[in-house]
This record gives sequence, structure tokens and C-alpha cells, in this order.
Amino acid sequence: MRYIEPHAHMVSRTTDDYLAMATAGCQAICEPAFWAGFDRSSADGFYDYFRQLTDFEPKRAAKFGLAHYCWLCLNPKEAEDVKLAGEVLALIPKFLDRPSVLGIGEIGLNKNSRNELAVFEKHVDLAARHGQLILIHTPHLEDKLKGTRLMIDALKSDGRLAPGRVIIDHVEEHTIQLVLDAGFWAGMTLYPESKCTAARAADMVEIYGNERLWMNSACDWGVSAPLAVPRAALEMRLRGHTAEAVDTLIYRNPARFLSQSKHFKET
Amino acid sequence: MKREHVIDLYFMEARAKLIDLAAFLDRVDRAPGTEDFRMAAFRQALQELPVNKPDRAKRVLLSLSDPTTKPLPAATTKSAAGAWNADSAARDARQGDRDGRAPRKTKK
Repeated sequence: MRYIEPHAHMVSRTTDDYLAMATAGCQAICEPAFWAGFDRSSADGFYDYFRQLTDFEPKRAAKFGLAHYCWLCLNPKEAEDVKLAGEVLALIPKFLDRPSVLGIGEIGLNKNSRNELAVFEKHVDLAARHGQLILIHTPHLEDKLKGTRLMIDALKSDGRLAPGRVIIDHVEEHTIQLVLDAGFWAGMTLYPESKCTAARAADMVEIYGNERLWMNSACDWGVSAPLAVPRAALEMRLRGHTAEAVDTLIYRNPARFLSQSKHFKET
Repeated sequence: MKREHVIDLYFMEARAKLIDLAAFLDRVDRAPGTEDFRMAAFRQALQELPVNKPDRAKRVLLSLSDPTTKPLPAATTKSAAGAWNADSAARDARQGDRDGRAPRKTKK
């Protein structure tokens, strides 16, 4: 089995995780910029984080035969500080030509505030001006539905980004149809305690099809499972999905979306 | 997948979750003190389960979701509670209207 992990925060993970993922058939890992668990005190913190994502982490992954790509942004949990957000947004273009950068992400909303939405729109503008793909984080739990609607409205209102160049992540049963009907790609995040289980992800594949869908572990510093994607692949096989159907969902689909970036090289 | 296969594959897991759910409700009932908006939302969401229509998971998620459409005046926390707190949301909205807030800076 081969797969692409399209969303993993490897800066928070160990080399054992890299080894386990490579052993399970992972071909490439894509790492969106995210919240460190605490607010950075300045844009310099982000500069160093972007260096870690574009310089150090690809080297660490390469030791296990894995390609490592990244997405850059200021995450929505730090977006209430619009001055900091402006400083970080100004840094990003300097990194966009680095060979492992896929686009802008994971941008989005957290509590659906005015500032978060304003910073989201600034990221969309940055992506549109620089011809970048976008990876979008949707809020947690009770905030997900509203945040998903607000961001879809903002993207439609902006109108410069083709929906096929945008992936809206962490969909669940109450948001997946909104995302797919608007023409965007949808990501299902497999978490032990929140978001989506492997069984529910397989349900959604069976109900909505696999045309513009991928699965990810979004493993990070919290409760999460780096092998969630191959585990979900097993779930699908137990339910009678063919090996080809599984390959489409966990390898070909992410490769198809990510290949829209000139930096992504299919292995 | 045939219905028999679904039941073979998932019955024991669902049974265990059902008992866990019942035990959780018993635990809450036994404990002294009061409930908050989360348990009210939880009990409301449970009403979706016996309704014999498809999309139960979607309807449970919708019943726990914030149904409003306007952005909050400001994010006062980073975390989510798992259920929408209508009282808190109304308070935030009133505060935002009173302040006539433009997007604000919370740090520096």
C-alpha cells in the first residue's frame, strides 16, 4: 500500500513516527503551518518556524526516504492580533519559491471572529496574488458549521481562486456537502477523540463519493495518530472497498490536488 | 456492504459505546451539583437518535453547532466547548453592538 499524508505537523512528532509512517507505505508528508500550542511573541518566531518547515524538516524526513512539503501562514488561533498577522503575512512571499512550499495554509477560522475573518481574507488575497494553492482549517466542534459557511462565502465573494485549487479540511457530516457542492476539495481528519473516525470517514466516502476527497491524520502535539490514514485504509478494505478505490483516496487524490503546485513531485 | 456485514463489523463496538453513553448519563445523574449548557445540548442531541431517518450523525452535529451567521466581535478564548452556548453568544453579541466594535487588537 502507498499513501500520501497530506496534513501532518511533524515538527511535533518523533523520528519513530517518521519510521512508522515510511514503513506503512507513506510516500510524502505535507505539513501546514499551525499553532504551536502557545502564541508566538513576535514575527521573528514565525520566521524561524518557516525556516524549520522549509529547511530542517525536509532533511529529517529524507532520512526515512520521505518527501516533505509544507504550507505557510499565520494560523487562525493567532489571528486576533492583526498587527502580528500583518507582519507575518509580509514574511511569507520570501519563502514561496522554496522548493518544498505548496501554498498558503492552514489558514481559516477558529472562533469565527471579525479579526480572524479579516486575516483569513488577507491570506486569500496573498494566495490569489501569488498564484498559490490554499489549505483551509475549519473550526472545532460547535464552531465548525458557522466557520465553514463564513469562509465559503468569503471565497465566493473574492472570486479569484478556482475552487479546485482550494482544499477545505476537517469536514464532518454536517459540512462536507457544503464544501463539495461549492466545488472545493474536502479533507477528512482522522482523530481518536474529535473530528472524524475511520468508520465515519468511510461512511462519507460511501455517501458522497471520492472525487474531491482526501484523508489525513493531522497528527500534532495533541492526541492524534500518525498512522490514522493507513488504519482508515484497512477499515475501508474490511468494508469491501477495492484496493484501487483505497489507492485513489489515499494516494491518487492527494497527488492530483497537490500536483497543481509546481513544487510537488509525485514519487 | 450488506446490512448483515455492517452489523457483524460494528455491532460490538457500537454496543460498547452505547453502554458507555448510558454509564455517562448515570454518572452525571449521581453526581451532586448542577448541569451547564453542554448537558442541555447533549440531551437535546440524543433526541435525534431514535428518529428513523437517515443523516443521524449530521443532525446530531447540527444540533450541537452554533446556528448564527455573523462573525463574533472578538475571540475571547481559543477553545471550543463541544456545544453552542446561546446565553454566552447573546452576551457577546450585545457587548459587540454596545461597543460598536471594529476588529480589535487583543495583544500589544
